[in-house]
Amino acid sequence: MSDRLTVRKTYKLYIAGAFPRSESGRTYVVNDAKGGFAANAAKASRKDVRDAVAAARKAQPGWADRTAYNRGQILYRIAEMLEGRHDEFTAELRRTGLSKADAAAHVDAAVDRWVWYAGWADKLAAVTGAANPVSGPFFNFSTPEPTGVVAVVAPDDPLLGLVSVLAPAIVAGSTAVVLASELSPLPAVVLAEVLATSDLPGGVVNILTGDRAELAPWLASHMDVNAIDLTGAAPDQAPELEGAAAGNLKRVLRPSGTDWTATPGIDRMTAFLETKTVWHPVGV
Amino acid sequence: MADPTTLPKKTDQQGLRAFLHGLPAVDQTGAQERAARLASRSIKTSAKAAAIDLAISMVDLTTLEGADTPGKVRAMCAKAVRPDPAVPSVPAVAAVCVYPDMVDVAVDALRGTGVGVASVATAFPSGRAPLEAKLADTRAAVAAGAAEIDMVIDRGAFLSGDYAKVSDEIAAVKRACGPAHLKVILETGELATLDNVRRASWLAMRAGADFIKTSTGKISPAATLPVTLVMLEAVRDYRAATGRQVGVKPAGGIRTTKDAIKYLVLVNETAGADWLSPDWFRLGASSVLNDLLMQRRKLSTGVYSGPDYFTLD
Repeated sequence: MSDRLTVRKTYKLYIAGAFPRSESGRTYVVNDAKGGFAANAAKASRKDVRDAVAAARKAQPGWADRTAYNRGQILYRIAEMLEGRHDEFTAELRRTGLSKADAAAHVDAAVDRWVWYAGWADKLAAVTGAANPVSGPFFNFSTPEPTGVVAVVAPDDPLLGLVSVLAPAIVAGSTAVVLASELSPLPAVVLAEVLATSDLPGGVVNILTGDRAELAPWLASHMDVNAIDLTGAAPDQAPELEGAAAGNLKRVLRPSGTDWTATPGIDRMTAFLETKTVWHPVGV
Repeated sequence: MADPTTLPKKTDQQGLRAFLHGLPAVDQTGAQERAARLASRSIKTSAKAAAIDLAISMVDLTTLEGADTPGKVRAMCAKAVRPDPAVPSVPAVAAVCVYPDMVDVAVDALRGTGVGVASVATAFPSGRAPLEAKLADTRAAVAAGAAEIDMVIDRGAFLSGDYAKVSDEIAAVKRACGPAHLKVILETGELATLDNVRRASWLAMRAGADFIKTSTGKISPAATLPVTLVMLEAVRDYRAATGRQVGVKPAGGIRTTKDAIKYLVLVNETAGADWLSPDWFRLGASSVLNDLLMQRRKLSTGVYSGPDYFTLD
């Protein structure tokens, strides 16, 4: 028997590029698929939500000012880092009840998802923008712009589902505040460690764990959040959240029954875009 | 502490020096700990709402930039009168603070509103000008209608021990102020020690200051809690010694509602509730106002607000 002390991991929040505990000091017990103790996770409070939104707001202009090509590079870097920790993620997913083969396949798919969205970063403007033919001496074109701060209520699929909602939220230059799966938050916290080592500027992604029914209304009503993705919201709570989101006319995405293993399409990216149309006079 | 009989009557160099250096030394660690402990008080719900409104009414909304324009000053004045245009119950701020050449613009914009006009003077922020120029600066601001004058002390003279020069200068500016209130800026960021802060406070009060103010806002560190604590102790002791009450104004570096409330706690626990009024305590800041308004709206609506809903300044 080894005489080393067991080094247990503390699963914390991810806000502004740092890993704080909840300001409230609260934690909750996360169980593995068999009902045994897996770990204590931080139980975020509304003030953590407030701090995360402030961090996301602060990071947003800098992230949007990066070239699309550079954002693509960083998303690809996330894929690289994720690939390098393949075994760790496989082990985390097995704790949530997946078989070894399924868990490995999910990690593969998550890596591929980052690569897929990384490729989209510098193509989105070409696909969703347009040079518009207009009657008159004007050059008229429309370009997509990031909407700002996106709140994401992540689905319970702990890694692939999370990546599938997170990557499209940030690829075009918006920043995100994510409420991770309440049931299996641990892969999300490990993903935060990947994000922190991927040249992703602090605050672009902020991940909170805890009671989603408690936290989601604060995000939905927050006047400094521009869009909310309700993918993981409980069906009975979603209408209330949509109502609160109307307070400042947030963009709301509320899909259902998404198959996370299928090729995503661009709907999730365009959901968080705004179109800016500019008229340039030409000629004399 | 100092009783009136030990206060030197005349401003002779030796008497001032003996008096100021005879003041008890400040326990620096003690002051820092005391300020940190008071700053950990938790002020919530209705007490927080009251504190926010009090803090708003104590703000000296300030713009002291080379790029100030009459338009910017007028916009700031409009905000001073009605900080949150959507909510009439938000109190007006105490005053606006501008450079002397902008005083007439501010006076025009604020006539009849009850919001005061303060002007910096005496070669703000360095204070490096001949006395005649400083007095002319002051007279011009008062003539243009400033009700409060924020002067800077000659830190060079203070640090080299020429207390009589500093004292005479304050007294001369006070005479030039006429009916206007005089705030004396100590620029504590350049005074190096808390002992010097205590000495400068007493020197300024003795020479006729109506308010003592921490900083110009152009030097870092600007206002800090320990410095303000020492100044609040000075005004408390000065009133006990002479019966005259002097106000305190921390300026610069106060950005959040939490900061502002920390200062209010410090005032209440150090100088006492008599100072908890815009007549005796001011916050020199501009960015803190938006945060106070955001917090106020959070308390009244129950949802977090954002900077998009308040003016840029």
